[in-house]
Amino acid sequence: MVKVRLIPTVLLMNGRMVKTKQFDSYRDVGNPTTVARVYDAQHADELVFLDITATTDERHFLLETIREVAQECFIPITAGGGIQSLNQARELLRNGADKVAINTHAIERPALINEIANAFGNSTVLVSIDYKQNAAGMPEVHTHRGQKPTGLHPVAWAKEVEKRGAGEILLTSIDREGTMTGYDVETLRVVADAVEIPIIANGGVGTVQDFVDGVQKGHASAVAAASIFHFTDQSIFKAHSHMKEKGLSVRR
Amino acid sequence: MIGIVDYGLGNLFSVKKAFEALGNDALITNDPDAIKKADRVVLPGIGAFGDGMNYLKEKGLDEALTEAVIRQGKPFLGICLGLQLLAETGEEYGTHTGLGWIRGRVRKIDVKSSGLKIPHIGWNDIALRNDSPLLDNVRAPKDFYFVHSYQLECADSADVVAITEYGEIITAAVQHGNIFATQFHPEKSQDHGLQLLKNFILWTP
Repeated sequence: MVKVRLIPTVLLMNGRMVKTKQFDSYRDVGNPTTVARVYDAQHADELVFLDITATTDERHFLLETIREVAQECFIPITAGGGIQSLNQARELLRNGADKVAINTHAIERPALINEIANAFGNSTVLVSIDYKQNAAGMPEVHTHRGQKPTGLHPVAWAKEVEKRGAGEILLTSIDREGTMTGYDVETLRVVADAVEIPIIANGGVGTVQDFVDGVQKGHASAVAAASIFHFTDQSIFKAHSHMKEKGLSVRR
Repeated sequence: MIGIVDYGLGNLFSVKKAFEALGNDALITNDPDAIKKADRVVLPGIGAFGDGMNYLKEKGLDEALTEAVIRQGKPFLGICLGLQLLAETGEEYGTHTGLGWIRGRVRKIDVKSSGLKIPHIGWNDIALRNDSPLLDNVRAPKDFYFVHSYQLECADSADVVAITEYGEIITAAVQHGNIFATQFHPEKSQDHGLQLLKNFILWTP
């Protein structure tokens, strides 16, 4: 049976790893390569790096980090942040990334999904979808690090990205991100049930049980988190072992 | 020298770094002569069957591979699309002719009514169907990282070294003489994958 993937996410800003809360209040938490080494040693199933550096001039750090990590970590690596062209995707894929994550630029120019999928295969395209509750109480997709509402419901956008060739979706609740209050399992489930491609749950994990709920209640294929691995004593080992105890198929 | 065939698809960087981590030189190349001169040949890749074959033909790499692997008998490792291209035909976006080194066809994974998602992405256990030195010393549970939507259905069960399960039985690894190939990614499967690559380096078919 295929195993539920446990994926630490690493947010990068100007070459450093940062922690955020609801896409705001940045805190420097260390060197990304050092942290990746620890996750690899603890048998993380994949790694996701998202560069949230504001200016494109400083984005070269993403490529350097990916190169450095891929020299020694032999697990799947996803790289994202500001990718807006096939060439940028190609450069990351040629330097150690197995997949690229696209977000804002996929909404601004949806053909970008088709272009990368056609050139490198569906499985290399991960579309990252960030959403939060709007004034009407409905989940709404936001771009530009949560700053810009799009009028799109996550289900509608998820179906569109699937049709255009995305291989999987990283679904992040902005309201939950960094709060350690658990995944938004309701939205997660409606999105996961609406598409055939795998959904990676993200945003809000505070306890190892949240990973289990993401799969069992939210129907996610994979589970991602950041804070729990940095700010609690919950390691990837402990998370895997709890998930196994609760009946999920996981790696050693 | 290990020759890694570059036809524009897949994470070649990681394949090269994995061999280097094991203390071996590896060259990423799209030069047919370099492939013919390599001691061992690796065909990685991810993406669509038809595109893969077209790239190989455009660069004359299909001829170079046939010379190096079939005529000269060099140890060969195919990874992911590099396994699928060994088939006689591929049915992704129309029917295409493959290298034909392994009898069989590449078709979409049939998850039937299992509710499973396509692509098949993640770590999955393999079960051995035939002995192969390439899977020696891989500790149990033998799990490897898969990412694919199509699979190779072999015509000859003797070619199937290992299988996995995902809605149906999936061919995980094949071997035919000096040709070995995996549907999973050894370069992305941590210690298990590195062990397989180490076995490949030492392999004398």
